Amino acid sequence: MIKRRKFIQGSSLFAGSLMVPRFLKALEAQPAEAGRQKSLVIIQLSGGNDGLNTVIPVRNDIYYRSRPGIAIKSADGLAISDEAAIHPSLSAFKELYDEGYLSVANSVGYPNPDRSHFRSMDIWQSASGSDKYISTGWLGRYLDAMCSGCDHPSQILELDDTLSLALKGEANKGIALRDPRRLYNSTRDQFYQEVLDSVKVPEKEAAAEYLYKTMASTISSAGYIFEQSRVKPSSHSYPSTALAQGLKNIAGLINSDINTRVYYISLGSFDSHAGQNNLQTRLFRELNDAVKAFTTDLKQSKRFDDVIIFTFSEFGRRVNQNASNGTDHGTANNMFFISGALKQKGMINPLPDLADLQDGDLKYTIDFRDIYATVLHSWLGADDRSILGRSSEYLQFI
Amino acid sequence: MSPAKNQLHLLWRAGFGPDLKSYENFSAKSPAEIFDKMLLSSSTQPEMLKVFSPDSGEFRDVVREGLKGGITTQQRAAFRQKNREGFKELNLLWLDQMVNSDAQLREKMALFWHGHFACRVNNILYQQELLHIIRENALGDFRTLLTAVSRSAAMLAFLNNQQNRKKKPNENFARELMELFTMGRGNYSEIDVKESARAFTGWGFDLQGKFIFRPALHDGGEKIFLGEKGNFTGDDIIRVILEQKKTSFYISKKIASFFAGTELPERIIQPLAEIFYKSKYDIAVLLKSIFTSSWFYEENYSGNRIKSPVEWLVGIRRTLPFSGDQNNWQLIMEKLLGQVLFFPPNVAGWPGGINWIDSSTLMYRLRFPVLLNGGSAELGRPKEDDDVQMGRMEDDSASKSADTGLNKKISLSVNWSEYALQFESVPRNKLMEQIRSAILLTDNQKTDILEKYTDAGSRENYIRTLTIRLMSTPDYQLC
Repeated sequence: MIKRRKFIQGSSLFAGSLMVPRFLKALEAQPAEAGRQKSLVIIQLSGGNDGLNTVIPVRNDIYYRSRPGIAIKSADGLAISDEAAIHPSLSAFKELYDEGYLSVANSVGYPNPDRSHFRSMDIWQSASGSDKYISTGWLGRYLDAMCSGCDHPSQILELDDTLSLALKGEANKGIALRDPRRLYNSTRDQFYQEVLDSVKVPEKEAAAEYLYKTMASTISSAGYIFEQSRVKPSSHSYPSTALAQGLKNIAGLINSDINTRVYYISLGSFDSHAGQNNLQTRLFRELNDAVKAFTTDLKQSKRFDDVIIFTFSEFGRRVNQNASNGTDHGTANNMFFISGALKQKGMINPLPDLADLQDGDLKYTIDFRDIYATVLHSWLGADDRSILGRSSEYLQFI
Repeated sequence: MSPAKNQLHLLWRAGFGPDLKSYENFSAKSPAEIFDKMLLSSSTQPEMLKVFSPDSGEFRDVVREGLKGGITTQQRAAFRQKNREGFKELNLLWLDQMVNSDAQLREKMALFWHGHFACRVNNILYQQELLHIIRENALGDFRTLLTAVSRSAAMLAFLNNQQNRKKKPNENFARELMELFTMGRGNYSEIDVKESARAFTGWGFDLQGKFIFRPALHDGGEKIFLGEKGNFTGDDIIRVILEQKKTSFYISKKIASFFAGTELPERIIQPLAEIFYKSKYDIAVLLKSIFTSSWFYEENYSGNRIKSPVEWLVGIRRTLPFSGDQNNWQLIMEKLLGQVLFFPPNVAGWPGGINWIDSSTLMYRLRFPVLLNGGSAELGRPKEDDDVQMGRMEDDSASKSADTGLNKKISLSVNWSEYALQFESVPRNKLMEQIRSAILLTDNQKTDILEKYTDAGSRENYIRTLTIRLMSTPDYQLC
C-alpha cells in the first residue's frame, strides 16, 4: 500500500495533480491499512443527563441528603469501586468496567457554564468557550482538515435525519442518515443526476457552486455508503430501538472499508425535571441494551480494539433534587469511554466533590475540549490544535 | 439585467418573491417605482399578532409560570402545553403574514431583525411582545427599535439583565448590545462592557412583562463609557452607542450584506453608512439607498443568495395556491431545514448563507416539491428541541415522539388549475421560458432535460410538472 501511495504521489509530480482521479486522492488520504483504521463512536445524551445518578457516589452523605426522593441506594447500584456504583439499568456498562473496557471521566465541563439546553449543546458541539459563538462544529472542522477536495465527506456520519452542528465544518459538512438504504433511495431520482451532468456552474457563482457540489457529493456518497454497508452487514441481533439500529448500521460500516472515522448518534430526552428515576431508567435500558449488543458485536468481529465509544451530555444536573422528584439544569458531568484499547481503565479522576460547589452546582475539573483534543490527537491522529483553536492538555486514557 | 429580471430580483430580496398578482401589478415599472410602492404598502402600522391576550387571567398565570411561582403541578403542565402551542400558533400566524401581507418589505425586514435581535426565551408572551416591537419598527427609527428591544421582557430575560444589580452586575446584556446589536467586536473595550453593565443595573420587567426601572438596584455612580463620563443610565448608553459612526457602519453593513447575499466591499458600505447616520438611523432611508443603487442590480448580486428555510417555504406558498391544512408541513419543514421561528441557535442568530445547506437539508429541499403532486409522505424526522420540550416527557413514557400532535407525514394539496390560469394567455411554445423565468433567477437549467422530465400530456400537467421540476433544482434554492 505504501508503495502504491508513493507511486501515485510521485506520478502526479510528472503528470500534474489533475491527472490523479479525485477519488484516488480521497482514498489515499486514508491510513494505508484498510479495514483496521480506528474509529470513534459518539453517543450524545440529549437533554442533560443526571451524572450523579449515573455514577453514584454511594459513600457520600451529601448526595443522600440532597436527594431524599431520588438518590439511588448503595445496595441498588452496581458497585465499581468502594465509593462509586453505576446506575442499576446499566449492567452492560458494569460488565465492561469489570473487563477493563470502560473508563469514566468525572466533572467534565467548561468555565462559566450555560444552563440553556441549546446554548450549552452549542458550546459542546462547536467546542467554543461560553463567551464565543462559532457556527462550525468540532467534528466538522476535523472533516475540513481531512477532506479538502475529497469526494466523500463520509469521514464523519451522523445516524439521524438531520445533521447536528458538531458535524458542520467551514468548507465541508458531514452526512446524516438514518440508514444507508434510505439515504440511497432518497437520492435515486434520475432527474438529479441529469441536472448534475448537464449544468456547468460558472465558478464565480459561489452559492450555486456550493449547492451543486453538495448535491453531487451527497448523491455519490449515498451510493458509496450504501455499497459499503452491504459489504459485511452486521448479522448480530440488536434491539429494535432507534439507537440500537443505528449502532447496528455503524457496526456494519466499521466492518467495511469505508473511510468513516467518526459516527455520531443521539439518545434523549434526559431532561428530568420531574419523575427523574422512571425517565432515566427507561432511557438507560435503551442505552444499555444497545451498547451491549454493539460491544458484543465488535468483540466478535475483532474490531473492539479499533473503536472508542464515548458518551456526553450538554450538562449535568443540580446536586439538590427539586420538589417534583426531578433535578434542574446543572453544570459539570461525567463521560464514559468504552473500548478494547483503553490505556487507563476505570475512574480517570476522582468523583466530584459535593462539599465544594458553585451555587449548588458541580465545579468542572476537566475541560471537555481537553477530551476532544485527546481523542483527535491520540486516537484519530489529527491536529487538535488547529481544529480546536487552542492548545490542550492531553489525557492519558487513550 | 432585463427589467423583468430586475423586478423578480427585487421582489425576492425586498420581499418573499412574486405572488400570482405581482406580474400584472409591476410590469413596466422601474425598480425605484416598485420599491416606493413596496414601501407604501408597508407604511401602515401592523396589527399585533396575538396568541394570548395580555389582559386575561391566563396571561398572569403564564407569566407566573415563567417565573416559576406558586402554582400546582397540573396548572403548570397545562400552561406549558399552552405555551408550546402558543409558539406554534405565533409562528404560523407570522408565516401567514409573510405569505399574504402586502407589507412584504416590512415582514422581510422583520425577519431580518428577528435574526439580528435573536432571542430564545421560552415564554410566548414575551416573544409575542418582542415580535410586535420588531414588526412595528422594522422600517422605522433604529433608535426606537433598539430601545424598545432593550426594554422588552424577552431580551432582558434572555440576556440576564433581570439579574443585573448594583451589588452584582451581570454583563451579558451590555456585552451583546455592543458586540451583536450595534457596534461589533473590536470597537469597545472590556472596561466599556463593565461600565455599561453598571448603567443597565435596575432595568427589568414586572410580572406582566412590562419594563420597570428598579432604582434600588441601579448603580447611580459615575461611569466612563467610550470616552464619555457621566452618571449614565441605560438610555444614555444607547445614546452614546448611536453617536458612534461605527454603529451606523455595522448596521448598514449587516443589512446591505443580507440583501446583497454576500459580504460587500467597503466602498459600497461606507456611503450607505453615511446616509444612515445622517438620516438619524432611519431604516427606510437606508433600504431605499440599497434597493435603488445600481450595484444592487448587477448580475453578480442576483441569484447568488441561498434562501433561508423560511424564505424558501414562504416563497413556495406565494407561488402556489395551497388548500387544506398548512400547519403541519410548515412546522416540519422549518425543523428539518433548520430555521424554527423564535428558536434561533443563539444570540448571534442564524448564520445563514451556505450554513443552511448540508446533504440532508439540500435533499429535503430537492425532494419536497414532488409532494406538491399530492399524496402523503414522510421526508424525515426532525430532532426534538429540549428547550421547547422543557422536560415534558418526564412522567409520560408513552410520548416518545414528544412533539404534540406533529404528524411527521407531509400531505400537500395545491390547486393546480388555479395556478395554471395565470399562464392562460401564454402560447404553448412559450410556456417553458415563461414558467422558468418566473420560478428561477438563474439560467443554469437546460431546457431539454426539463422537457424530458415533464408530462406534456396536457397543458395543465405540463405546467404542474415543469413547475415542480424547476423547484426540485439547486437553482431554486437561490434568489
